[in-house]
Amino acid sequence: MARAVTTRHKVTATVFAWIVALIIFFPILYTLVTSLKTEPEAIAGFSLIPSGTFENYITVQTRSDYLKPFTNSVILSVGSTILALIIAIPSAWAMAFSPTKRTKDILMWMLSTKMMPAVAVLVPIYLLFRDFGLLDSRIGLTVMLTLINLPIVVWMLYTYFREIPGEILEAARMDGAGLWQEIVYVLTPMAVPGIASTLLLNIILAWNESFWTIRLTTTNAAPLTAFIASFSSPQGLFWAKLSAASTMAIAPILILGWFSQKQLVRGLTFGAVK
Amino acid sequence: MATHNTKTLARLMMAPSVLLLLVWMIVPLAMTLWFSFQNYNLLSPANVNFAGFLNYEFFYTDPAFFQSIWNTLVIVCGVLFITVVGGIAIALLLDQPIFGQGIVRILVISPFFVMPPVAALIWKNMIMHPGYGVFADIANLLGQQPIDWFAQYPLFSIVIIVAWQWLPFATLILLTALQSLDGEQKEAAEMDGANFFNRFIYLVLPHLARAVTVVILIQTIFLLGVYAEILVTTNGGPGYASTNLAFLIYRTALLGYDVGGASAGGIIAVVLANIIAIFLMRAVGRNLD
Repeated sequence: MARAVTTRHKVTATVFAWIVALIIFFPILYTLVTSLKTEPEAIAGFSLIPSGTFENYITVQTRSDYLKPFTNSVILSVGSTILALIIAIPSAWAMAFSPTKRTKDILMWMLSTKMMPAVAVLVPIYLLFRDFGLLDSRIGLTVMLTLINLPIVVWMLYTYFREIPGEILEAARMDGAGLWQEIVYVLTPMAVPGIASTLLLNIILAWNESFWTIRLTTTNAAPLTAFIASFSSPQGLFWAKLSAASTMAIAPILILGWFSQKQLVRGLTFGAVK
Repeated sequence: MATHNTKTLARLMMAPSVLLLLVWMIVPLAMTLWFSFQNYNLLSPANVNFAGFLNYEFFYTDPAFFQSIWNTLVIVCGVLFITVVGGIAIALLLDQPIFGQGIVRILVISPFFVMPPVAALIWKNMIMHPGYGVFADIANLLGQQPIDWFAQYPLFSIVIIVAWQWLPFATLILLTALQSLDGEQKEAAEMDGANFFNRFIYLVLPHLARAVTVVILIQTIFLLGVYAEILVTTNGGPGYASTNLAFLIYRTALLGYDVGGASAGGIIAVVLANIIAIFLMRAVGRNLD
């Protein structure tokens, strides 16, 4: 009897959960479906069954030079993340393994720089970029993305490094390991998972950053965010092509995101929720 | 001696990120402050002179200013309300044993990974478009006149889009917190005859307080700067109906070429963000330690 109730409960919960999940996912699903329709089909009213053409993807690839913003997105997000990691790893390391009274304050201060509204410094950054010839350059934007994500990278690494037990280092030292051996054989293997999660999450954040990437680029360095934002004027008969471009812009990061969802929570809450 | 060395090394290791962030924080902010007291228009860069508080006066007396502050608050509070309430409801649902939990989680979390311009375009064209959107199809099916969302309810439409992007974030964090709730405690409450409502109020909600605080803190940081969603959908209009403070500053700076005015707006935005940050930090500080 009890078992029957549990099964019924599970079925009811399942039905509701799937309905909610499908409603939330619907806009993405519908974009994917529309991208596989022909243009007349796309504006012919609601339908979840496309004719299954890949024509839009081919058109977007060949005609609107999709590859360039895509390459820019990859370069900017990966480049800025690696740069941020190089700068952040030593800091997080020092904070985690030789903390002082001020470590917590420094971490809070770093986080507080994220509170500064980006738009408040739009004017000076824009003018500096213009004067140094950095507008619409990948280098300028990579530096920019590195700086805005640096506090999060330091924080995330810090929360991961802090969990590496200090005793294990002592044990290694007792066994006669030198500093170099300590780093290569003991610390690195333990730190790699944390660094990998940070890398993944930060690539996602950098890929989707949509203020500086839109404002500081025009064509050469424009990543997918700027490319897609340029479609904002009404697109009359380009519904299906727009859907194809949108699908390609979000697909890589969506898949990365699915793999990183476990680390997402602790990463984005700076270890406050696990 | 050894500890002294370690300390020096630790300082050296921290120096690059601390110095970079210090420069990144001080230089642009100092420049914004300086510009905010200058008469500086990009169209006549030769005529730069001291303006005193004139820029602030102009910005402050502009009727668009108060509307943009109001709109900023509506976006932040509206999205927070939808995501926290909706997030708790969905997290409670997903915490039940269900078939296909993994896939359901993936579907629910997905909008978070959609870049803001794409999210805005999808909603603008696929869902809310008065001619070809899904909402219009539904309205036609019911024999109703389709709503022109961005013309009639511009701010509400933006709140919906942004809430859709952040609902997964809130849900995921609240679900994680929910799953750390002790099962035995729940069972004990159940045995003692506490119904679902009582268990929710006295057991689940207090347990979620910390996670809710974190959700509010982190979302507020991002919601104060909502930009791409407005740019792609309404461009701040009609009039100033959907212009938030961030968008107003952008309009003044890059569409009006008014460096001084935009900088004054920027300083006002920093002050506002700090006031909110202080309140939040206090609230969070209580919950986090």
